[in-house]
Amino acid sequence: MARIISKRVLTPVTKLFVIEAPLIAAAARPGQFVIVRVREGGERIPLTIADYRPDRGEIIIVVQEVGVTTRLLGALDEGDDILDVAGPLGSAPDISPAGHVVGVGGGFGAAALLCLMRDLSQRGARTTAIIGARQKDLLILTDELKAASGHLDLCTDDGSTGFKGFVTERLQQLIDGDAVAPGLGPPDRVVAIGPMAMMRAVADTTRRAGIETLASMDPLMIDGTGMCGGCRITIGNEIKFACVDGPFFDAHQVDFDEAERRNKMYVDMESQAAVRQAHACGAASQVREGAI
Amino acid sequence: MPLKRMDKTPMSERAAGRRAHDFLEVNEGYDMARAMFEAERCLRCQDPVCVDGCPVRIPIPEFIHAIAAGDMREAATILRGANPLPAICGRVCPQETQCEELCHMNNRFSSAAIGHLERFVADWERGQPANDATRQPWRDEKIAVIGSGPAGLVCAGQLADMGYPVTVYEALHAPGGVLRYGIPEFRLPNAVLDWEIDVLRQRGVEIANNIIVGKTIALDALLDDMGFAAVFVGTGAGLPKFLGIPGENLNGVFSANEFLTRINLMRAYDFPVSDTPMKVGKRVAVIGAGNTAMDTVRSALRLGAEKGLIVYRRSETEMTARIEEHHHAIEEGVEFHWLTNPIEVLGNVDGWVTGLKCQVMELGEADDSGRARPLPVAGSEFVIPVDNVVLSIGTTPNPLLLQSTAGLETDRWGCLVADEESGRTTRARIYAGGDVVTGAATVILAAGAGKNAAEAIDRDLSAARGDDQGRELQSGRH
Ligand SMILES: Cc1cc2nc3c(=O)[nH]c(=O)nc-3n(C[C@H](O)[C@H](O)[C@H](O)COP(=O)(O)OP(=O)(O)OC[C@H]3O[C@@H](n4cnc5c(N)ncnc54)[C@H](O)[C@@H]3O)c2cc1C
Ligand code: FES
Repeated sequence: MARIISKRVLTPVTKLFVIEAPLIAAAARPGQFVIVRVREGGERIPLTIADYRPDRGEIIIVVQEVGVTTRLLGALDEGDDILDVAGPLGSAPDISPAGHVVGVGGGFGAAALLCLMRDLSQRGARTTAIIGARQKDLLILTDELKAASGHLDLCTDDGSTGFKGFVTERLQQLIDGDAVAPGLGPPDRVVAIGPMAMMRAVADTTRRAGIETLASMDPLMIDGTGMCGGCRITIGNEIKFACVDGPFFDAHQVDFDEAERRNKMYVDMESQAAVRQAHACGAASQVREGAI
Repeated sequence: MPLKRMDKTPMSERAAGRRAHDFLEVNEGYDMARAMFEAERCLRCQDPVCVDGCPVRIPIPEFIHAIAAGDMREAATILRGANPLPAICGRVCPQETQCEELCHMNNRFSSAAIGHLERFVADWERGQPANDATRQPWRDEKIAVIGSGPAGLVCAGQLADMGYPVTVYEALHAPGGVLRYGIPEFRLPNAVLDWEIDVLRQRGVEIANNIIVGKTIALDALLDDMGFAAVFVGTGAGLPKFLGIPGENLNGVFSANEFLTRINLMRAYDFPVSDTPMKVGKRVAVIGAGNTAMDTVRSALRLGAEKGLIVYRRSETEMTARIEEHHHAIEEGVEFHWLTNPIEVLGNVDGWVTGLKCQVMELGEADDSGRARPLPVAGSEFVIPVDNVVLSIGTTPNPLLLQSTAGLETDRWGCLVADEESGRTTRARIYAGGDVVTGAATVILAAGAGKNAAEAIDRDLSAARGDDQGRELQSGRH
């Protein structure tokens, strides 16, 4: 059981929770995740630890409401308890702070960049965070990311703020030496966190330029401890368990086709559950399955 | 005295046609009359060899005599004194290769039904009014147990009985290990496991779920910062093996651990009332022939598969499942493909499984395991059309804790090195037992290892305490 200390609504479907979890906060490293369950009979889902404060015994998670469990979680409030929170799981990525490290975040992936960028900045890296969303009010944690990185670059599909276009176009400009992050130079290393399609596009962009890139993979998980193998993904010619060997992998080696296909294994059944849930709370029209 | 029957008194079980579609328990247990009748079959041998076959040396004739005499409380006391998990072991132990195999009755008739009687006594005990006073520990040295499978639970229970404050740390959200996430409801109902765990809690054992030692807390922090005097590692052998054949990552291929965890721990059979889905097609092939494979294929039938197949590269003789599981699987219509070696999982354009390509095997000379080595028959490839493939080809210890703890030696199979008698590892104050030491084995061996380690921990702590007291006395004199 873990108490919600505070909650912030970042967008209509994205909520930030500060959670009391002293053991996890003390052990956490950037890029690790927790497994959460919100009710008896509920699923176990992985959520990235967006930030942690060991001195206060708190961790921060950001939840985008896309399925049954995330919606139930999103409906919780300050003072409520989350039934099960286990972690920190996975390993922090091994990123050298030498040179210019660029974090690329799509949608709620921006949250996962937060402590990663801060840690890299503190370790002496020049850092840029490029985050994107459909429109201005869907960009999250911009102030925090600005403080955590040397340069913050915003992208929106509709141009309502920052660069009009995709994060990958902006990344390409940076690689090409355009004046995106003045004084920081071209990227030496890239970390991509966000929807699979975005990470794949980032991998394609940096592969052409020969820039070392990590992607944070989020396959379906159950235990998160290496016990079920449900989270397996193919990296080069090897099968890895994302929960223990990852979640960060060489983006140029990831078999994205397979990862995407495996993530959709239960899509039909998930919507079946979602419809049932929506009917139960009389809000079928508000269900936005898969909204990013 | 009634006439002795030649055969075991049968235990009633639910009809195959009905039970194969739900998760209710298959076996229904004895009633008092049958139990007393069966207890009378025991020959009361001068040399009870059955006891030699029991890894925890239950005084078998004694508890059976108590049943015959109608003294159930006495039977329960004898049983529980030797085996802290009788309701579970009575259901899942491979009695046919342990106690019952050695029974003298086997010379002419069938053995006494020791397992059935064990289960009967434990179930009787479970029906008695609960005593809800929780006992308080009276010793100072705190002990941490990592993992709540049978090894950890038994170790914790024994230590609590000796007065130690014990905390069990479990990575998952519910305790029990394989008993919770692996063995299905139709063989070991959760209610039985919950009851055994409640008994432990009453004996003073604390259980902390959602703690992954090596991640949430380092093992060394338990010893150095949190004040535990000793640690028992009972983390099991939870890492699933894959075959490494093409197509293993297609949609619809699972490890048995994933398949069973979705069903048992996450209750996928109750979807969408529970939230975790499980996709089972019309034809499910399970690769392997151990208890796990039988549990998996029978679970698949219960989730609506029309056909459940066991595909095994060796023959029926080398199968490692309990006889009863094999029988029940046959009754429920499972198809067995012996001497059949899977070489590729085939899929459609969308990446879903459509078939399993296999080759026929024949048996050759004995291999390292002492079993006949299966050899492929040239040109014998064929395809079995299936919608799911579940791999049940074994597990090894999960390296997560072992890799994050310095100084713990492992062998070439990744098993933690520990003394068989005492559970002592290569590091002081750290003990281990169960599947993490032996590799995947049995509930009763894990329970026995937990019990032995508890005794060794107590011996070692008592010795240390003696020294300390001695030293205190000495310094007091000055
Ligand atoms: C499907 C199936 C059917 C079986 N059927 C039978 C049968 O009929 N009869 C029989 O005798 N045996 C059977 N077995 C084997 C038997 O279940 C095991 O041998 C036994 O459970 C091993 O006990 P254990 O305590 O060593 O480990 P486990 O039962 O594996 O328990 C280990 C526990 O430790 C936890 N853990 C692991 N790492 C950590 C960590 N770092 N921190 C905290 N917790 C951790 C795990 O989550 C788990 O709960 C079966 C096994 C399976 C999988
Ligand atoms: S989630 Fe089960 S092994 Fe990774």
